[in-house]
Formats: sequence, structure tokens, C-alpha cells
Amino acid sequence: MIQIQLQPKVLDPFKAIQIFQSQPEFKAAHYGANAIFIGTMRDFNEGDDVVAMHLEHYAGMTERQLQALTLKVLEQYPVEHVLIEHRVGDIVPADPIVVVAVWSAHRKSAFAACRELMEALKREAPFWKHEVLSNGTKRWVEHNTAG
Amino acid sequence: MSVKVLFFASLREQVGKGQAILEYSTPITALQVWQLTSGKDLMPNTVRVAINQSYSDANTGVQDGDEVAFFPPVTGG
Repeated sequence: MIQIQLQPKVLDPFKAIQIFQSQPEFKAAHYGANAIFIGTMRDFNEGDDVVAMHLEHYAGMTERQLQALTLKVLEQYPVEHVLIEHRVGDIVPADPIVVVAVWSAHRKSAFAACRELMEALKREAPFWKHEVLSNGTKRWVEHNTAG
Repeated sequence: MSVKVLFFASLREQVGKGQAILEYSTPITALQVWQLTSGKDLMPNTVRVAINQSYSDANTGVQDGDEVAFFPPVTGG
């Protein structure tokens, strides 16, 4: 299964995983490994205190791009299921921004596919962060951190 | 012929608009769409181009009815 969702409200990664695993197509005994990456919002960036953030996206292309990136990873690794949820809209520090979860028979492919998919999302999925600093100024994040 | 043009994030603020309709009569590339709608001759090399919601190249020709988007480096996740 591939499940990709943009979440305009609160993203609860563990609840999302639980719901994903409750589907009849999910055969828990078939997978020996589940790798999960959860990204959350920091309260600092580039040496400044950050108090809020708006996550902009390109509606339509973002979903298409996430789907394409997922299919590419599925061609490279023996992965059974992929779940991606990403927040959009207004968030505050500590809010989850993204969850990428993959299920595979073994840990090597699960870790590798999860990492590859997350890095591909950072490079290719059209999202943009607009930060609000503690002094009230707003600025666009112009590049990702090295990782 | 016409294309729908979109600008996102910091580019939208720099250009001063989020979208535009460009009408044209002879074949043009995405770079020419940029020049005719952004008010800027040069396209910074960090600008990414998408045609019909797929990444593309600035030198790609556009077709009647295309959606052409310009945006800065992506920063999701």
C-alpha cells in the first residue's frame, strides 16, 4: 500500500501509523522491519528564535511528486508499504511536520528506503517554510539544513 | 494561445503576484514565460520550473493550456 496525505490540521504520527496498520491489507506478520522518520518543528533556525511557521505547498504537484518519489523508491528497495503524511498550513514549535514510514521484510531495506524517501522529499517535494521569529519578523527559509 | 503561470513562496513576493494568464502568438519557452510575466529578464539559477506539475527545464517549449510554475528551492520535511 502507498498512502500519501497532506494534513492541514494537527498531525499525530503515531495515530497515523496505527490507523494505517489497522487496514485489512496490512498483514503484520509479513514484515520484520518498520522504519519511521518523524520531523518536528524546531524553535530555532540560523541562530534566531522561531515562534511559528507557515508551510506553503503547490497543491496538486506536491501530491504527484510524493507519489512519484515513492514509486521510485519502491523500484529500488523491497518495501511492502509506505505511509507519508506532511503538514501544511500554520504550525508552532514541537508540532510534527512529517512522518515517513516504510515496512519491509528486513531492517536494511527499511532503513535505506525510509532515508532515501525522506531525503528525496526534502529535495523534490514542493513545500516552502515561512518562519515567524520572536521579534515578529517573517522570513522564507531559503534552503534545507545539511541533514 | 495562453498558459497559466504560477509563482510560489518568496518568488511570489518578489514578482508581486501569485498567478497570471499569459497570451502569446508564437511558440515560446518557459524562460520566455518567466521574462514576460515576472518583469525580470534574468532567471536566477535557483529558480525551479514545473510544467503541468512536473519538473521541467527553462528551455522547454510550452503548449497552449499549460500550467507553468516558478518557485524557489523547496524546504519541506
